[in-house]
Formats: sequence, C-alpha cells, structure tokens
Amino acid sequence: MRAVLLRDLRLAFRAGGGFGLGLVFFLIVIMLVPFGVGPEPALLARIAPGMFWVAALLAALLSLDRIFALDLEDGSLPLLATAPLPGEALALAKAAAHWLTTGLPLVVAAPLLGPLLNLPKAGMVWLFISLLIGTPALSMIGTFGAALTVGIRRGGLLLSLIVLPLYVPVLIFGAEAARRGAAGLSVSTPLLMLGAITAGTIALLPFATSAALRVNLR
Amino acid sequence: MSIWEYANPKKFTQTVTPLIPWVMALAGLCLAVSLIWGFFFTPEDYRQGATVKIIYLHVPAALMAINAWFMMLVASLVWLVRRHHVSALAAKAAAPVGITMTLIALFTGMIWGQPIWGTYWVWDPRLTSFLILFLFYGGYLALWAAIDDPDTAADLTSVLCIVGSVFAVLSRYAVNFWNQGLHQGASLSMDAEEHVADVFYYPLLVSMAGFFLLFVALVLLRTRTEIAIRRARALRQRAQRARV
Repeated sequence: MRAVLLRDLRLAFRAGGGFGLGLVFFLIVIMLVPFGVGPEPALLARIAPGMFWVAALLAALLSLDRIFALDLEDGSLPLLATAPLPGEALALAKAAAHWLTTGLPLVVAAPLLGPLLNLPKAGMVWLFISLLIGTPALSMIGTFGAALTVGIRRGGLLLSLIVLPLYVPVLIFGAEAARRGAAGLSVSTPLLMLGAITAGTIALLPFATSAALRVNLR
Repeated sequence: MSIWEYANPKKFTQTVTPLIPWVMALAGLCLAVSLIWGFFFTPEDYRQGATVKIIYLHVPAALMAINAWFMMLVASLVWLVRRHHVSALAAKAAAPVGITMTLIALFTGMIWGQPIWGTYWVWDPRLTSFLILFLFYGGYLALWAAIDDPDTAADLTSVLCIVGSVFAVLSRYAVNFWNQGLHQGASLSMDAEEHVADVFYYPLLVSMAGFFLLFVALVLLRTRTEIAIRRARALRQRAQRARV
C-alpha cells in the first residue's frame, strides 16, 4: 500500500503531471471571481468562503480522470489489481495520493490566497480547517467516480456529471463552516457533520471503488 | 412457486405481456377520474384559488420520482446479489420514467410557485433536493448510455445507484440544514392536523394510485422491450460468430 502511494506521488512530482496544475487552476478560478461579480470588497468578503470551496471542488475534479486512466493505459492497473494488495487498500492508497497531490496544496494555499477575495482574518483559520477536514472526502468520492468511468473512453465529462452531485453535501457543510467561521459564529455543527462525511467516505467508499474496479477489469 | 421464477426472462415476458394493457387501462381510468374530479368537482382553496388543483399532478409525480429511485435501488441490489438479468433491466427501465416524474414535479411546482410564492424558483430544501435527484438520475442514465457491455453497465450502474442513494439521503439532510424553506409540510401524513382537507384528499389518493399504476405499466413495458433488445443482440452476436 505504501509502495503504491509512493509510486503515485513520485509520478505526480516527476512526470510533470497534476501537482502544480491543480494549484494554478485554483488560483485562476479565484482570480476570475472578482472579474465576474465586481471588485467591491464587502461583497467579496461575503462570498469568499463559498467561492474558495467551489474552486477547491473544481480543482479536485480536474485531476480525477488520471487517477486510474493512466495506469490502465500503460497496463499497470491490471498488475496492481492482481497484486496481493486488496482492492480496497489500492483504492485508499490512490485516493490518499490524489489528496496529497491536489487536496493538501489547496488546503495550504487557500488561506494565503484569502486576501485576494478580502476574506476576513477569522475566516482564514476556519477555511483552512474546513478544507483540511473536507478535502479528503472529495478525493475519496472522486476516486470512486474515476473507478466507475475508467473503462470509458473520453469519460471525463461523464465523470464530472457523476461526481459533482455527490460533492453537494461536502460543499454545503464545508462552505457553511467556513462562512460561519468568517462571520464569527459557532462552527462546531457543520464541522462535525463534515468530519462525519469524511470519516464515512474513508470507511465505506473503498469497497464501492474496488467493486467498480473489479467490474471494469473483468 | 416463488417470485424468483419471474426472473426467467421468458417467463417474465409471458406473464407480463397480457398484464400490461390492463394496468395501462386501470392507470388511465384512475388518472381520468382523479383529474376530472380534482379539476371540476372540488372547491377552490380560499387562499390559493384554482392554482391548488395542480396538486393532483405535483404530489403524485414527486412521490413516484422518489419511489422510482427506491425501486431502482432494490432492483440493483437484487442484480448484484442474485444476478438476475431481468432485475438489472427493470432498474434501467425505471430510470427514464423516474427522471420524467422528477421533471414533472419540478415544473408543476414552478408553475404553482409563480402566483403563490411570487417566484418560479427559490433555493428551498425540497426544491433543491429534487434538483439534486434530477442530477443523480442524469448521471445514472449517462453511465448506462456510455458503456457498451451490458453486464458491465449493469454492475457499474448498480454500484452507482447504491452509493447515490446514500448520498441522496445525505444531501436531503444537508440542504435542510443549509436553508429554511418556503415549501409547506407534508400533504399527506398520519397526523391529521397538517393534512390537506378531505375534499382535496380523496381525488389526490386516486391520482396517486393512477400515477403508481402508470409507473408500473411503463416499467413493465420498458423492461419487456429491454429484454427483447437484449435477445436480439444475443441473436445477432450468435449469427456473427457462426459466420466467422
């Protein structure tokens, strides 16, 4: 499991893949928001937590289709599937690698980009915490979607159609936690719900992911 | 005599074929009775006027939109556990009916909402959940359409249906938490206090029976068609193999 994780991380770093790409995409989406709604600071401050969450969601979506598709292309996916490693562990390792290469950089970068959208200072901490808790769920759900669509050529669009509705609960609780934090309200309820979703997806979705992979490799 | 006998496609087709016209006719009768009764022989609501009558389309369609997904979930589980092809095909057959019911519920709600709430759309929990349900149906149908091999497609859509069900329930609670709604409470419940009045209630029951029968008839019909398509495909493949 660790070998798979390290291999994926190394591939992401060295093969010039998604590592920096997701982060730049995130920056661009954040930059586009003021162009879309106008540069008024009060308005930006109000929508900033939600916008950061939506941008994080889109950036996480961007690199999903390469989780399994590249391995299927070069033939290493059947090898991984026939390795003594259980499929569930493979799914978990893949999701962890995806989170480390796209989720974690976003979590770190988001508070630093806060001033761009005039995010209040109190909001930065809670944005960081809510993203830290919520983005693993995005990676887990995305890995499940990638496993479902791995056998389909040009599955990218289909993948987003399937995955985005599944992201809704995470987005609601995550953005709500960040919003409440920025407004100085109590954040415990949405944060606890977000944590519950993340824990639930980590516990249960690897089974669905590995089932989908098995079907696709049949 | 067990229910699994009908998992045999041939037996299923034989049993269902004579049934379909009867279920269709009964559905048509129920719908005609309830709609005529509802539209012409019930009083107007003292606050909503005649717009209240859209309830005879809106509530049953919404009910069936959710029940169709539930039926797909059960059929998917049966397929994954017992590998009966009829079950997978029934789930596939129910999805377009379900998405249509979802659309009917959304559109009748919008038409009703404009004069009563003064807006076609608000981000009310129920409205939002239905939009999400619509997207789930869309993803499910798209996944069926994208995969060539029917068994692979059945397996993957079943997995998606199960995971989607969990997330649908989760989304329902999430949007409840997210925004307070304009939508009224349950139209039907055991608690008579929040019930609709009796004059509206009885035609609504008949209408719900009509929608339910219509759903059953359409799913049976579509399942039979899917079985025929599958059989034709198998015959074509056999002919191809014989030629080679």
